[in-house]
Amino acid sequence: MSIILECKNLTKTFGTKKALDNVNLSIPRGRIIGLLGPNASGKSTFIKLCSGLLTPTKGEILIDDHKPGIETKKIVSYLPERSYLNDWMKVSDIIEFFKDFYDDFNPEKAYDMLVRLGIEPKDRLKTMSKGTKEKVQLILVMSREAKLYLLDEPIGGVDPAARDYILETIIANYNEDATVIISTHIISDIEKILDDVIFIKNGQLVLTKSVDEIREETGKSIDSLFREVFKC
Amino acid sequence: MPWHLTSDRPIYTQLIEQIKLKICSGVYPPGSKLPSVRDLAREASVNPNTMQRALAKLEEDGLLYTQRTSGRYVTEDVDMIKKAKNQLAKEHIQNFLTKMAELGFDYDEILSIISSMAKEMKK
Repeated sequence: MSIILECKNLTKTFGTKKALDNVNLSIPRGRIIGLLGPNASGKSTFIKLCSGLLTPTKGEILIDDHKPGIETKKIVSYLPERSYLNDWMKVSDIIEFFKDFYDDFNPEKAYDMLVRLGIEPKDRLKTMSKGTKEKVQLILVMSREAKLYLLDEPIGGVDPAARDYILETIIANYNEDATVIISTHIISDIEKILDDVIFIKNGQLVLTKSVDEIREETGKSIDSLFREVFKC
Repeated sequence: MPWHLTSDRPIYTQLIEQIKLKICSGVYPPGSKLPSVRDLAREASVNPNTMQRALAKLEEDGLLYTQRTSGRYVTEDVDMIKKAKNQLAKEHIQNFLTKMAELGFDYDEILSIISSMAKEMKK
């Protein structure tokens, strides 16, 4: 199976603080992967390094054999933890914006999902609730035909029904060439759709394994294993 | 028949069990075409790779077969389905007997409870 994302000795420090500490990782295509860790474990730093928003202090990342940059941005669809969209824009404006920016953006898919989630394309972002804004953002990201989706906390702020729809969308979108990395600490809702999990703690990987292997070996759900590994 | 999956056992094994059940109970009749992997995965809200793995295992066991271009089908071998059905029945009864033994019943008592309940249900 070919590799979509590879990290070698990846380290990121902020001042004296090590956010990521010597991470080595190979992620194949066609997987749905949970990046799980408590707060401040390095999840967002990892995703920001992959998306090219941060640069490594040491080591390297290769996405489809390229370092993060123009080439990788064409194939990476990134959902940031915070919105970067302009509040005064209408959803339909932003869709035009994305169409201009990304060759792989499929507006029909976006409009389709907006209808399903009951969001008016002519509404402005600033009139929307926090949860609705998050849904819009996720719709935009999932409407690209990307090779690598990096979703930083995609389900944290949305209600359980929308959460189900979002997970269903991820499954429906599945294709053998594309990998989805979902960072979250809400595990019970997403663990059914994952292939593998990466547990991260204090910037280091503690576990990388297939979810069914974990269930087989421990007789536990990923959620309860998480609670055990990261017990406070 | 909806899908019931718990998170503390491998999803893959649970999918195998439930598809078997659907075949035995006639939700998927002998010789019928199964929905695509993607549709099944969506229906059960599971990862398509996991669904694929479960179907491959059932194929290996002979309950399903693939026709190169047109998709996946339930076996037409009614005997084989019957065997799978009997196997499932045995497992259920085994579990039941274990539980009854834990409650302190011996086999004669169990049989008499079953026959009196069966009579009542027939009425």
